[in-house]
Amino acid sequence: MGDMGNDRCVLGIETSCDETGVAIYHGQRGLLAHALHSQVALHAVYGGVVPEIASRDHVRRVLPLVREVMTQADITPSDLCGVAYTAGPGLIGALLVGAAVGRSLAFGWDVPAVAVHHMEGHLLAPFLEPNPPSFPLLALLVSGGHTLLIDVEGVGRYRILGESLDDAVGEAFDKTAKLLGLGYPGGPALAALAESGNRSRFVFPRPMTDRPGLDFSFSGLKTCAVTTLRREGNDPQTRADIAYAFQEAVVDTLAIKCQRALRQTGRRRLVVAGGVGANHALRARLTDLVAQEGGSVHYPRLAFCTDNGAMIALTGWLRLRAGVREPLCIRALARWPLDTLSTVSEP
Amino acid sequence: MKLLALETSTDACSCALWIDGTLQERFEIAPRQHGTLVLSMIEALLAEAGLRLHQLDGLAFGCGPGTFTGLRMAAGVAQGLAFSAGLPVVPVSSLAALAQGASLLSNGSATERIWVIQDARMGEVYHSAFLRAPNALVNESTVPRLCRPEQITPPPGDGRWIIVGSAWSVHHLALAQALVGCDTEVLPDLRYPHAADVARLGVDALQSGRTVSADQALPIYLRDEVANRPATNQTPF
Repeated sequence: MGDMGNDRCVLGIETSCDETGVAIYHGQRGLLAHALHSQVALHAVYGGVVPEIASRDHVRRVLPLVREVMTQADITPSDLCGVAYTAGPGLIGALLVGAAVGRSLAFGWDVPAVAVHHMEGHLLAPFLEPNPPSFPLLALLVSGGHTLLIDVEGVGRYRILGESLDDAVGEAFDKTAKLLGLGYPGGPALAALAESGNRSRFVFPRPMTDRPGLDFSFSGLKTCAVTTLRREGNDPQTRADIAYAFQEAVVDTLAIKCQRALRQTGRRRLVVAGGVGANHALRARLTDLVAQEGGSVHYPRLAFCTDNGAMIALTGWLRLRAGVREPLCIRALARWPLDTLSTVSEP
Repeated sequence: MKLLALETSTDACSCALWIDGTLQERFEIAPRQHGTLVLSMIEALLAEAGLRLHQLDGLAFGCGPGTFTGLRMAAGVAQGLAFSAGLPVVPVSSLAALAQGASLLSNGSATERIWVIQDARMGEVYHSAFLRAPNALVNESTVPRLCRPEQITPPPGDGRWIIVGSAWSVHHLALAQALVGCDTEVLPDLRYPHAADVARLGVDALQSGRTVSADQALPIYLRDEVANRPATNQTPF
């Protein structure tokens, strides 16, 4: 059994959806290597992620990426003190690939394994950056699968303050982009199109901001985009104007809820992570917001907003150091509430 | 020669350890429990033999066809174990493993001609034919196929085929009709491939150098149509 000295590393594996990510995190030196294979092109022709195709690709990609990061980091198996892999939430077949390979590697190397919660990985991703925040903090997790506002007292100490009642924010971006003919996944293309949109032509509603509470609803904005497109015509400028109005409504809604949550909890630090955390308009708005509120905002680098192995290696390292161990068992959970995780002391 | 074998392509989960001609096996019919069982079985087999993974000469796994999740479980475990211990891998057809198990019946009589027909779900079957060689191992004599049971055609050659596999109980009527006039005998209870047979076939392959590296330990699905592509990139306008 490897000791959890700071001078050793953890291998992290992420296979919960359509990206295979592998990374090595060192207790003292931080992130040593990371590699990613995105399946986006594989799924694009289907207009969405096909779970079986995702699983089939992961099982081809994981081990070559493990080789790659070990070479990149210039480490041998004896430098490893554990293996971490995403065990949920996500696509069950895809998760099981990472779990089977990761748990078996740990068994073969005779080091502990740890099952990592995907969203905890996202939440902790800003700790991979220089000047990481300290606890407590407020976290906004915004991706294709999740929209969560979380009060974070420490690692594993999460209270969900608000979540989406229907579409996740990234899902709303992608669906609206599809309606605008931007293909799949079109969220980033929608954001680019919004740049040339007229700022005053359309104003979309800010869902659920007219009542107390921190939950979200984004499916209505998609409908709003459709009806506007039908009414106003499908010319390029109208599409750009709709893209602008849609993004503005999303960003404004998220900012209103973040402000509300910061004031309710008294937290001064805001962490923003997940794929939509890469959105420039959102970053600009939230940066303004925390300046106004007298706090700080922390983002992972753009590459670690989307799914990646680095956040899993880091989270795995924190949990392994705290003594968390996965038994000799290959298991994953499609659903796994974030607020049921065990508590870990501060990093 | 020391070889570890695993087979998780059906509701059965099994692992076996071959040490110089002797075999120990763990076998359980346990739907959806493979992840809980497989590494514990391996740990127990190694502990009983007083062996560590890296002391083995190779690793064999049932590579399919079979349930997709089960195949990836076997491939993923084979990859992880083989990579961490630096072992060569032998992918063994799960249909061949079932044929191997059927080639020597419990009454001691040897079966020469075995036709494996496994249920493939979605109204289809996987099938392939095997001949028992003088060394008591089976050789695949056809290309494994996926088809609807009513479209199945017998393997070439004269003589009686012993049919094994799960398809018979699921698609009894369709198969019986498709095989009218064909000289067959059905043993419908032989439906689970065993890791012990994966090991028997794996040792032979390992001895003759038919191995792959850990990252080539991949499933053989046979079914490749797993999603319908949209006809056009539709927008509502």
